[in-house]
Amino acid sequence: MWLGGKMTDEISYYLHPWIKNRPITAWLPPGYSRINKTGANRYQRPEIDDEKCTKCGICWICCPEGAIGRGKKFTIDYEYCRGCGICLEECPLKAIRMIKEV
Amino acid sequence: MGAKYLSGCAAAAEAVRLADVDVIAAYPITPQTAIMEHISKFIANGELRAHMIHVESEHSAMSACIGAELVGARAFTASSSQGLALMHECLFFASGLRLPIVMAVANRSIASPVTIFADHKDSLAQRDCGWIQYYTENVQEILDMILIAYRVSENEKVLLPSMVCFDGFFLSHLSERVDVPELNCIKDFLPELRPKYPTLDIENPKVINVMAFPEFFEEFEFDKHYSMQSSKKVINESFEDFWGISGRKYGLIETYQTETAEMVLVGMGSMMGTALEAVKRLRKKGVEIGLVNIRVYNPFPFQEIVDAVKDTAIVGVMDRDISYGSGGIVFQNVLLGLYNKPNPPPVLNFIVGLGGRDVTLGTIEKIVGTMEKVRREDRVEKDIIWPDLNTELIKAWKIGD
Repeated sequence: MWLGGKMTDEISYYLHPWIKNRPITAWLPPGYSRINKTGANRYQRPEIDDEKCTKCGICWICCPEGAIGRGKKFTIDYEYCRGCGICLEECPLKAIRMIKEV
Repeated sequence: MGAKYLSGCAAAAEAVRLADVDVIAAYPITPQTAIMEHISKFIANGELRAHMIHVESEHSAMSACIGAELVGARAFTASSSQGLALMHECLFFASGLRLPIVMAVANRSIASPVTIFADHKDSLAQRDCGWIQYYTENVQEILDMILIAYRVSENEKVLLPSMVCFDGFFLSHLSERVDVPELNCIKDFLPELRPKYPTLDIENPKVINVMAFPEFFEEFEFDKHYSMQSSKKVINESFEDFWGISGRKYGLIETYQTETAEMVLVGMGSMMGTALEAVKRLRKKGVEIGLVNIRVYNPFPFQEIVDAVKDTAIVGVMDRDISYGSGGIVFQNVLLGLYNKPNPPPVLNFIVGLGGRDVTLGTIEKIVGTMEKVRREDRVEKDIIWPDLNTELIKAWKIGD
């Protein structure tokens, strides 16, 4: 199925609210991109070097998709990471590197 | 009902007061400015409880109205000419978001050369934005159409914004006797706005104006197209209801003696008053001529016009606008209506009154003279005719062969 410019799994397509009811205008419920996995059209993937990382949280603030998780270690949710590279650009310690996926 | 002596702009402001509009945002442009001056006076005097937003451009004015309608407030704006052109982008947002905004357009031609005087080029250039367009002939109709426009736009079967167009200076600065309806009888005709479209709401949050990918976009477009087509019925019903409270009857088109006419003139705007007078005089002389005044341009009343002109020998469409190289814009729509109909009459196009040039009784007589000649000779040489063109000047400018 076509959604968000990429093939996503059929379940998310059938959950789309416009399938059932006339939306009148183009609107969606909040948090809709939890269903619409934005990581599907990524061609590169950032990885955090835990030894260099000081958990300053700049990448966590800057990530436009909110795909970085804070905890004992900083993690990246690859289901939603678009691979835009903003975290890599913003990291003051160069603790993030980018890996090509295609 | 109270009779008042009002200019076109004052009548538009009266209608805004009667419609109990909540938010008004506009940027001044001649000849629309006086509307906002009158509304400001109403707000300052406590006659209208509304919020006036002073914006820095027409683009922002329409954006402010969109924001207001998105939280369920009734919004109004007014513009003209270059201002309307600057609004162009936001007009699509207003119709796409299905917000029932009403805008008064004091028609003024578009530069260059710079002009402040009337023709329909500015509003007809916005024809494809998904806005319902009403054209008015006198000051009374400006007031009535704004009230009707709110009722039609807010109907859940329509939910499209409306433009009420009146010729700048000819109507906007002309004062006439106007019947202003009582506020309490308008209350039933135009109840408080209860939005039937998705609104911004803290209790029920949503993301509005998201992207639609190819699998949905065409359906959104069909929705708007269908709503525009079916709005004809709602407009007619609203005209009926308004007739009930005011005694003034309107229609998608208004005809004068077309049933017995051999020749029919079609047009819209303030020049139709002159045209009616000319037709009445010609009728006295025994010329079998009728008149079709287009009240609602968008959705275009194709069938109504075809029904009015199909049995006549010749149709003349007067256009106060020009699409360079193609002719009048109304003319093209009339042709579209007659296409595929059996034995359509020949249609002539007369370009008149551009940039505020007066359409006089003499102009109409010249037009009718040309139509009679074409009918006699039974041959259409030129279909786009400029009856008031200064041919000497055109010769001096060495335009044409």
